[in-house]
Amino acid sequence: MTALLRAPLVRDLRGDRTALAACAVLLVLLVLAAVPGMLAPHAVFDLRGLSLLDAFRPPAWIDGGSWKFPLGTDDQGRDMLSAIIYGLRVSVTVGLGGVALAVVIGVTVGLVAGYAGGFIDTLLMRIADVQLTFPAILIAVMIDGVARALLGEMARQQASVSVLIIAIGLSGWVEYARAVRGATMVERRRDYVAAARLSGVGAIGILARHILPNVLTAVLVIGTIHLGVAILIEATLSFVGLGIPPTQPSLGTLIRVGNNYLLSGEWWIAIMPGLALLILVLAINLLGDFLRDALNPRLK
Amino acid sequence: MIGLILRRLSGAFAVMLTVTAIAFVMFNYLGDPVVGILGLDASGEQRAAVERQLGLDRPMLVRFGDYLGRVVQGDFGQSYRLGSPVGDALVQRLPATVELAATGMMVALIVGIPAGVYVAIRRGGGAARTLLGASLLGISVPSFFMGVMLIWVFNVTLQMLPSFGRGEVVNLGWWSTGFLTKSGLLALILPAATIAIFQIAMIMRLVRAEMLEVLRSDHILFARARGLPEWRILFRHALGNTLVPVITVVALQLGSLIAFAVITESVFQWPGLGLLFLQSVAAADVPMMAAYLILIAALFVTINLIVDLLYLAIDPRLRARSRV
Repeated sequence: MTALLRAPLVRDLRGDRTALAACAVLLVLLVLAAVPGMLAPHAVFDLRGLSLLDAFRPPAWIDGGSWKFPLGTDDQGRDMLSAIIYGLRVSVTVGLGGVALAVVIGVTVGLVAGYAGGFIDTLLMRIADVQLTFPAILIAVMIDGVARALLGEMARQQASVSVLIIAIGLSGWVEYARAVRGATMVERRRDYVAAARLSGVGAIGILARHILPNVLTAVLVIGTIHLGVAILIEATLSFVGLGIPPTQPSLGTLIRVGNNYLLSGEWWIAIMPGLALLILVLAINLLGDFLRDALNPRLK
Repeated sequence: MIGLILRRLSGAFAVMLTVTAIAFVMFNYLGDPVVGILGLDASGEQRAAVERQLGLDRPMLVRFGDYLGRVVQGDFGQSYRLGSPVGDALVQRLPATVELAATGMMVALIVGIPAGVYVAIRRGGGAARTLLGASLLGISVPSFFMGVMLIWVFNVTLQMLPSFGRGEVVNLGWWSTGFLTKSGLLALILPAATIAIFQIAMIMRLVRAEMLEVLRSDHILFARARGLPEWRILFRHALGNTLVPVITVVALQLGSLIAFAVITESVFQWPGLGLLFLQSVAAADVPMMAAYLILIAALFVTINLIVDLLYLAIDPRLRARSRV
């Protein structure tokens, strides 16, 4: 434990109050997302627990609200705080899944392109360049549309989490590939790689056991920043009606549903999940900024 | 120089050909165009007749050539959802999007660049810090949520501005404009602000970073050593040299601007290309999606090409390198 506290990264973190706060907030949100059933005050997806008499209650600090529903209730009488905690789980799951897929594709492409060089490198990087000209969110929308045409509306609804993970993963791998390729091209000329090759280790062994560990720092930094982007893409797609359906809502879906009641004055149904999303993304972005600076040897 | 331009042009051409090929595959193999026209319960003979009529029985390369020829002429086929030609729908929706995006970008540039210069030269000052903090918030708020909050404040609470549609438009030939009526201008404010707020924050941060970089360079130090007045150093020697990065910034931002415009149009039900795109995706309208793929690619390839050529025009070092 003391060894952990003395690690350079942790020491940097302890000296940076903003990053420390972001880290703490993020930790709380991740725990909420991991075990929503234990921490949410109401089981909001159990229809028996809902009463329409509780519908459209404002947050507790406004007239007509009660501390039974701290952030108010929606049109079904669902507790907003609990709905947000469950929504957080869906948002974080899709975000992490999308990032993981992008990491797997991007790191593989980067390692292969950087190590092989020549024609394979040119081909892979051309593809990356082409994709980089499009904003990720438009690519994700397009992939979602293709999935819709392939699967049909019903199956697409049921598979929405997987479809979104694939859309985010396929739209976000390029950054990883470019960074890993650059690092691999540097590493492969090092003596330890030559030594491994001379002692008979194959190309895959060298890539996986010797080069991969040395390029992971870059992947960690990009991954943290990408997680914020991924969660935003999911929320945006859900908000415009192309993402997670209201049966298992993410934060974006909750905002979409709440938006229908904004004009009639029940603002909290849209604004509360929006603020939760904002806090989540802001915490991730601040942590990403900190990691980028702390792990960049040039800034030391 | 000419060799460099030709290489850029051929690269752009290759990208467009690839994307058109993907669109062709989508158009022909995603969903069944014959079912799209005849419905599911057509007989084999009817299907064969339509296939012949559409030319689906010919070899793939011939069909791709044919598709390419029609796309170049602006013929993207029939929309499944609307039942009318895709090209007509796109042309009809174009003005709304151009007016919204152009307004948002103009506001963003006019506010963002001076703000970026200001926070760079007043580094560490109170106002600069506040602006910088606000900009971090500005880029972290999801654009659709920014739209929702603006509607809540200015439409629901203050009842000042409309939150829906384009207002009254005036038709100038095929172009419909909202700039000439009061309701059209009022309707533009909230969506344009939604786009501009993010862009202002982004441009401000990028300009600040570039400006700080330039201020640290040797020629600024030298200008100071020569005893030149501070305003002359800042505006002639520093800002002049941020011109190249600023063009990059603006061009890179055009990409995110278009992505944001799509989302913003959905929030405000703005009847432009973005809303049509999202509706088409929701309905799995494949011909429309294929057309959008080509359209978006053409847009981005053109932007990148123009930026590359502008670099050549502005930066003498690039020209010198290409001559060697």
